Amino acid sequence: MESVLELRDISKHYPTHRAVNGVTLNIARGEFFSLLGPSGCGKTTTLRLIAGFEEPTSGEIRLNGAAIQHLKPYERNVSTVFQNYALFPHLTVQQNIEFGLRRKGENEIGRRVREVLELVQLGGKEARRPTEISGGERQRVALARSLVLAPDVLLLDEPLSALDPNLRKQVRAELKNIQRRVGITFLFVTHDQEEALSLSDRLGVMHAGILEQVGTPEEVYLRPSTRFVASFLGAVNWINDVGVRPEVTRVTKLAPDRHVRSHPATVLHSTFLGNCVHIETRLDDGQLAVAEVSRAEASFAPGERVHLWWQPADELSFK
Amino acid sequence: MKRLRAWFLAPSWTVMLSLFLFPMLIILAYSLLTRGTYGGISLPWSVESYQRFADPIYLGILWRSFWIAGASTVISLLLGFPLALFISRAGKWKNLYLSLVILPFWTSFLVRTYAWMFLLRDTGLVNSTLQKMGIIHDPLPLLYNDGAVILGLVYGYLPFMVLPLFGTLEKLDRNLLEAAADLGARPWATLLRVVLPLSAPGIRAGVILVFIPCLGAYLTPDLLGGGKSVMIGNLIQNQFTTARDWPFGSAISLALMAIVMPLLIAFVRRDEEGLL
Repeated sequence: MESVLELRDISKHYPTHRAVNGVTLNIARGEFFSLLGPSGCGKTTTLRLIAGFEEPTSGEIRLNGAAIQHLKPYERNVSTVFQNYALFPHLTVQQNIEFGLRRKGENEIGRRVREVLELVQLGGKEARRPTEISGGERQRVALARSLVLAPDVLLLDEPLSALDPNLRKQVRAELKNIQRRVGITFLFVTHDQEEALSLSDRLGVMHAGILEQVGTPEEVYLRPSTRFVASFLGAVNWINDVGVRPEVTRVTKLAPDRHVRSHPATVLHSTFLGNCVHIETRLDDGQLAVAEVSRAEASFAPGERVHLWWQPADELSFK
Repeated sequence: MKRLRAWFLAPSWTVMLSLFLFPMLIILAYSLLTRGTYGGISLPWSVESYQRFADPIYLGILWRSFWIAGASTVISLLLGFPLALFISRAGKWKNLYLSLVILPFWTSFLVRTYAWMFLLRDTGLVNSTLQKMGIIHDPLPLLYNDGAVILGLVYGYLPFMVLPLFGTLEKLDRNLLEAAADLGARPWATLLRVVLPLSAPGIRAGVILVFIPCLGAYLTPDLLGGGKSVMIGNLIQNQFTTARDWPFGSAISLALMAIVMPLLIAFVRRDEEGLL
């Protein structure tokens, strides 16, 4: 597939730390790509390098095949949706969205603004100031302001983190829907693995300035290449250096057949989570493990002797 | 709670009433009385002082004061804005630069104005240096004109422009500048479309803090204007000293306030719109 954006061994070193360390990444045109990692992992710095707010210490950034790492932000056809939206408080919604079109001397500003307002469902709010609309609406203005410029890549810096949790899931679905409709490449930075898994065509997991793994959500979740990736994307039971996710870990009173990995264990506690139950157990050698089971399977009392088991195919293995 | 608030506000109310409102009422009364033979005031009551102020000579002085104060304010803004912007970006040097801006306040304004006279007069440092370098033959007329007065006012009141501007520029969300660049605005467009409109409150405060004292200045025009460049402040001062016409001096003071106050209120009102 054709790459719209290529990062070639880019690094950003500060006097005190190395924020980004040799990241190489190709992003395909029209792709929804997420950069996932904990705070301080270098994902936002990577985004800022692509936007042009920072210059890489070394390496090359190519947009449509041309090196752009020395260009100013206003010379690059990428656009950013900021975490705090950075809407211009002195301008109306309409003027905020027109801002980029006017700076670039574009034509048909009125029609293009109307179209994007319709796309993000903000019709009727044109004359409002950013302080006069809701958080969700501000987020959509920020999105519209960038989308209207039809950038080669839209950079989104944790755009959902400022929203309250109920709204976040709804906006997440809208975001994916909008991306499909406009076909613009989205590079989405987040620390929320659920967001990254549910939204992305592919995602990259960053840790301490290094891109640890790139792949589809299934690949990264089911076949993590490092222990960090395995742990960051979801809970893992580490038993004798083998990783097993709680949802494939089973608990039974009777011993299972010989084709599975099985350990005798004692139930410590069970936690009701609504859609499932977490059974916390201690193996006979002292290691702790959690099994996520359905409510129907969850009739265990603390202190009960059980067998903890899983299919060998479900084990996470690392090089 | 209400009682506590009253107690805390009492000192400032006392000061405001006894040192501002009460003297203002005295001035109002003076302005409506007649000039005494050896200065001071006497009866009868009269509005003659106000009528005299309508004389073209005095209105001319009023007009001159407005344009000198206006020019000084505009020049202060043009000099102060880049300076405030620079200081707001100076990182760890910020406090040092700010204290340099405030440093002149450590010496008397009078002394500093005299220093300008020594620099600008015919045998002063500027003229003698230029003459020694052979750039000019006869000394340039640097002192005792409107230019010298404006220079002195800009010099004296520039910090009052820089400080409020710095206050707003420092609080400016850096993300907004990045957003502007990101949306295709070159630095100049970002300055005009984002930085300038968002620093309107600082500009407004700076303009008021510079324009008002410049309008009423009497020391600077007296020393640097050499009596030729009379401003309204000098006129008022004269009425209370050499001219011994207290009612007229009082009338000019109040007339000036009556003219400036509505302008000031209109200017501050625009704040609510958040735009220049």
